[in-house]
Amino acid sequence: MGRRKSKQKMKRYLPLYLMLIPGTIYLVINNYMPMAGLALAFKKINYSIGIFQSPWTGFSNFTYLFSTNDAFQFFRNTILYNLAFIFLGNFMGIFTAIALDCIRKKFFKRVGQIVILIPYLLSTVIISYVVFAFLSGNNGFMNMTILPMLGLDKVNWYNEAKYWPFILTIVYLWMSFGYSSILYYSTLIGIDKSYYEAAVVDGAGTFDQIWYITLPALKTTIITLILLAVGRICYSDFGLFYQVPMNSGLLYSTTQTIDTYVYRGLLELNDIGRSTAAGFLQSVLGFICVFAANTIVSKLDKDSSLF
Amino acid sequence: MIYQNKLFRYIMNIIMILLIAACVLPFILLISSSFSSETDLAQYGYSFIPRGFTTAAYTYIWGIKSSILRAYVMSFVITIIGTCASIVMTMLFAYPLSRKDLPGRGIISFFLFFTMLFNGGFVPTYLIYSNIFHVTDTLAAMIIPYLLMNAFYVIMVRTYITTNVPMEVLEASMIDGASEVQNLVQIVVPMSKPIIGTIALMSAIAYWNNWTNGVYFIQTRRDLFGIQNYLNSVISNIAFLQTHTSSSINASQLPSISIRMALAVIAIIPILIAYPFFQKSFVAGITVGSVKG
Repeated sequence: MGRRKSKQKMKRYLPLYLMLIPGTIYLVINNYMPMAGLALAFKKINYSIGIFQSPWTGFSNFTYLFSTNDAFQFFRNTILYNLAFIFLGNFMGIFTAIALDCIRKKFFKRVGQIVILIPYLLSTVIISYVVFAFLSGNNGFMNMTILPMLGLDKVNWYNEAKYWPFILTIVYLWMSFGYSSILYYSTLIGIDKSYYEAAVVDGAGTFDQIWYITLPALKTTIITLILLAVGRICYSDFGLFYQVPMNSGLLYSTTQTIDTYVYRGLLELNDIGRSTAAGFLQSVLGFICVFAANTIVSKLDKDSSLF
Repeated sequence: MIYQNKLFRYIMNIIMILLIAACVLPFILLISSSFSSETDLAQYGYSFIPRGFTTAAYTYIWGIKSSILRAYVMSFVITIIGTCASIVMTMLFAYPLSRKDLPGRGIISFFLFFTMLFNGGFVPTYLIYSNIFHVTDTLAAMIIPYLLMNAFYVIMVRTYITTNVPMEVLEASMIDGASEVQNLVQIVVPMSKPIIGTIALMSAIAYWNNWTNGVYFIQTRRDLFGIQNYLNSVISNIAFLQTHTSSSINASQLPSISIRMALAVIAIIPILIAYPFFQKSFVAGITVGSVKG
């Protein structure tokens, strides 16, 4: 009887299980096999034997990775850039959301929303063309128009590392402020207008309204977005750090991040040992950060967290 | 409009205008430069006013139109196949997960969800795709790695189905003899159109803008390059234009300074034309996708 019941149940749910097969295969190939592949960080890769048959070496890839200054540099870059992006990005997002809210005419509001999202819509390849138009050494707008106007000498932007923390931060903000402001704006329009009216009756000024009504209303969104970004603090936008500086070797000290290092190690420098070690650390630290961030978010706002 | 203070609103309006200008002006720079003559560009650089107006760059591009068109067609093919496959995979995974009565649902959810917390990173992913599945230099390389199914979208769709498709409707149709496949195709899909539209758009943009798969996995088959990889090759090496096109135009005639700008314009214009039509869904996709999971 029990067996027949379970057989019936199986028959009933079999089509549903069959539907899960393509996605399951994909997740195994695209996600679970690479997770197992993290073990490569503890192997001495030898292409002639075969990558997965290569001998184990313990932690030698890691000691090798930390034997130069590079590791410190790209970990530092990744984390500092992310911190700058988180603070400035959210600040600009909130600021722009309030600015959007100050537009009276519906039409202009809509135009504003459409236009500020354009940079976010384009690929990093196109973004790198835009940056090139400004920074090209011989023809760029900066060197040919802005700097002469200020009476300054030309700068070889793609050769001088010290400018790139600013350049990349500006490019990042340009690319993403529309996106984050739309997120904040969607929360803003949900605020009950009567709070503002009551505040005005009580004699509150504009900045009081922002400080006591707008920002508290955005609090959950702000904290959630910051925490989720902190969860991804070990990751960087590969396109922004690889494509926008045009893969220029002279800029590595300020443009190298974990992602570009891992990529270059594997495909450009044939330095697979260090690459796997750096990738391993990124995955493990990334997991810890995502997990910690989401645990906090779920306590704060159940709907926004991953679990 | 909630702030009463007029001065504050004016200042914010001015700032908004500046922000909008910051988003538009760079493209004006590209367009203006693409119509400037080489000698003027060499002297004055890229600028907002076209100097020595010429369409030489576009004439050159017209001469190599077959290679650009090819890249465009590839981008379309990749985007269409990828987006369709992606939606089918997502729906097939999301529907069973939305069924609260499915035995083992918790384990399957975790199996999906865990991929959002932990990943193997670039090296193992690259080695598995290139050394075990040999996707290098195939069309599959442009479609399958990274982009085909996103756990996040599956969860979004699952949540949408759970809240918008009542279980009673599905049960009633089962009593009438419908199969699960019929349930999915005839009831769930039509009722989930809004969310399918959203993920279709986000997935299409991801495929259209993707250039990393081409960089990672295409070594010799440059005919598989979409428009992003085509542009990527040109910006790093202008000679790519000559070596990879059967242009009859002499190399010395290449307007090398303006051509980059013209190519960027050619790549941007179609997106900008299409953008107002999908802008609403794009905004919806952003707001649904990020904060509310």
